[in-house]
Amino acid sequence: MDFQPTQDQRDLRSGVRALLEGRYGRRELRAAVEAGAAVDRGLWRELGEAGLFALRLAESEGGVGLALPEAVIAFEEAGRALVPGPLVATHLAAGVVPGAAAGTAVVTAFDLGGDLVAYLGEADAVLGAAALPEGEPVRAVDPLTPLHRVVRPDGVHLDAYVPQGALLTAALQVGSALRTLELAVRYAGEREQFGQPVGAFQAVKHLCAQMLVRAEVARTAVYAAAVTGDRGEAAGAKLLADGAAVRNARDCLQVHGGMGFTWEADVHLHLKRAWVRAEQWRTAAEAEELLAEELLDSAG
Amino acid sequence: MDLTYTDEEQDFRARLRAWLLKALPELPARPSPDDWPGRRAYDLGWQRRLYEAGYAGLHWPVDAGGRGATPTQHLIFLEETERAGAPYVGANFVGLLHAGPTVAAEGTAEQRARWLPPVLRGEEVWCQGFSEPDAGSDLAALRTRAVRDGDDYVISGSKIWTSHAEVADWCELLVRTDPGAPKHRGISWLAMPMDAPGVTVRPLRTLAGSTEFAEVFLDEVRVPVANRVGAENDGWRVTMVTLSFERGTAFVGEVVACRRTLRELARTAKANGRWDDPVLRRRLGRLHGEFGALWRLTQWNVSESERSGGVPGVGGSVFKLAYSHARQDLYDVAAEVLGASALSLDEEWVQGRLSGLSYTIAAGTSQIQRNIVAERILGLPKGR
Ligand SMILES: Cc1cc2nc3c(=O)[nH]c(=O)nc-3n(C[C@H](O)[C@H](O)[C@H](O)COP(=O)(O)OP(=O)(O)OC[C@H]3O[C@@H](n4cnc5c(N)ncnc54)[C@H](O)[C@@H]3O)c2cc1C
Repeated sequence: MDFQPTQDQRDLRSGVRALLEGRYGRRELRAAVEAGAAVDRGLWRELGEAGLFALRLAESEGGVGLALPEAVIAFEEAGRALVPGPLVATHLAAGVVPGAAAGTAVVTAFDLGGDLVAYLGEADAVLGAAALPEGEPVRAVDPLTPLHRVVRPDGVHLDAYVPQGALLTAALQVGSALRTLELAVRYAGEREQFGQPVGAFQAVKHLCAQMLVRAEVARTAVYAAAVTGDRGEAAGAKLLADGAAVRNARDCLQVHGGMGFTWEADVHLHLKRAWVRAEQWRTAAEAEELLAEELLDSAG
Repeated sequence: MDLTYTDEEQDFRARLRAWLLKALPELPARPSPDDWPGRRAYDLGWQRRLYEAGYAGLHWPVDAGGRGATPTQHLIFLEETERAGAPYVGANFVGLLHAGPTVAAEGTAEQRARWLPPVLRGEEVWCQGFSEPDAGSDLAALRTRAVRDGDDYVISGSKIWTSHAEVADWCELLVRTDPGAPKHRGISWLAMPMDAPGVTVRPLRTLAGSTEFAEVFLDEVRVPVANRVGAENDGWRVTMVTLSFERGTAFVGEVVACRRTLRELARTAKANGRWDDPVLRRRLGRLHGEFGALWRLTQWNVSESERSGGVPGVGGSVFKLAYSHARQDLYDVAAEVLGASALSLDEEWVQGRLSGLSYTIAAGTSQIQRNIVAERILGLPKGR
């Protein structure tokens, strides 16, 4: 058993990270927030060219021919960089919706509960739906996740996509959780009060330590679910990753003090996106019910 | 990232499983929890069986009498023995899990020859005399004095919370050999025979009602200088070796056990109708997800140590933090499933709930583990 990333997987991670740092660093993120530009078509195509959407499509179909573990590694990086847009739905649409694999099409999905749908205004297609539905724009909490209220058309079947959609969303959450940990640790090492870095205070230290514990447990759960492809493990991974992303963002905000409550700090962007993702594909309540059912089955 | 086991590993698992199937029915009846001599005999009997079958000291190096197994094989061993319901290391845990490995890593040839074989053969039991009444988390504040007198150290002081002291033959003992030195620099690591004149053991009653640990009083106890492992006053470094083994894979089997416990809990809840409460059912579902992830984290840590060549790293602190709290949640949920029956000591769950309270304290409290994670993994500055 060798449950560690292979050299190829590590190379993939650093490749995606380098691409995103160059193409969607902090400057681009903040510019997008100010412009309210949720999906950058140019970036979308570049992500397509880099293989993010076609990653799991067979090479004979023009894809990269990799598998779920590679996909979660790439999505973890996208979550770290806070790349907006329906990444998961477009990835799932590769090979199904023309242009999705190449990143020339933006594909969203009815992956939120209720009657809201994200990125409708930017989308060329909705996964599993024949046409784009009409929608009323809603003031969205996350500045980079525009929402529309829609009347869902009949006959949309997403069930087959849910386990993988949940897992890939979990990978985005883990990336965000690790990033907010990094931001918190950096700030705690720089900001001084009472004549020393605030990171020397145990109350702050312990917040950071718990952030690491949460992120690491969620991260292994995501990797394991990607390796086994198991539905229950994917649900568990989503549950833990949602918790890690949301709670780490909050703790990161706390570590930043007043600065954390500003529009200027990136923390709120991570928190708001984490809230969005927690509602996507599989909520905590749904994951817990699924896991409970699985537990009872295994108890015999 | 690969979770499949190699042919060799699967073969190892199959042989172990077959052996367990034969060996377990031949075990004598389990002694009652308060029968310490009985528990010692039972645990050592099991160790003897393991020794004869070639499973003793699986993870110990070959030149220390071990089997030199890979961390993955050790993981399989812990998983299979727990799954089969085999006895836990029990009274032998200090000798097998940290004193033994410390002697193997730091001891002289004579020391290894003297102390290691009896641990592996199930003949001698060790305990750990680190903590003192005024030195727990701040272990280096220990005051037990050892004064050189010819070829002996003469030791006076006291130790506390010493698990299994009542039935131990040896104690891995930390003493202060240089009171003038800065506190981390004047400590030595000794092997002390528990039957030496001047050693008095006074059992302490735990909140679970058992006598799991004891106070140990040392009144001018003579221990040969030859029993010192590592150089004089270099004991703190040796202690760090011991602690890294202590936090290593000690909890692997327990995760397997918790997952079984959780399944029993689900059955119980189904049978008594509590399963229909969605709040409780969802908490059980969440725990199922958490313990699944903890098992994967174990596999992750083992794979990592296999790649880095053996000694467990600070990742053990991350695991201990997550595990010890999850385990306490598990038994709190069990109490909710049981309702008022959780107030009866006759329920096995209740014993688990009580004993689980020590997990966030023993082997380094959660607060100390968080300090380790923050300073050693995250690199945050040390506080003043
Ligand atoms: C069941 C059990 C078995 C044990 N077996 C053994 C054994 O076999 N051998 C042995 O040597 N010891 C043993 N111990 C002792 C154990 O290692 C200590 O209890 C533990 O290290 C804590 O020390 P303490 O009890 O002195 O608590 P203290 O150090 O007094 O701590 C009291 C409280 O203060 C907190 N605290 C202390 N220092 C800090 C700090 N720097 N930052 C933040 N919080 C802090 C602690 O987290 C705790 O909440 C055992 C303990 C238990 C419960």
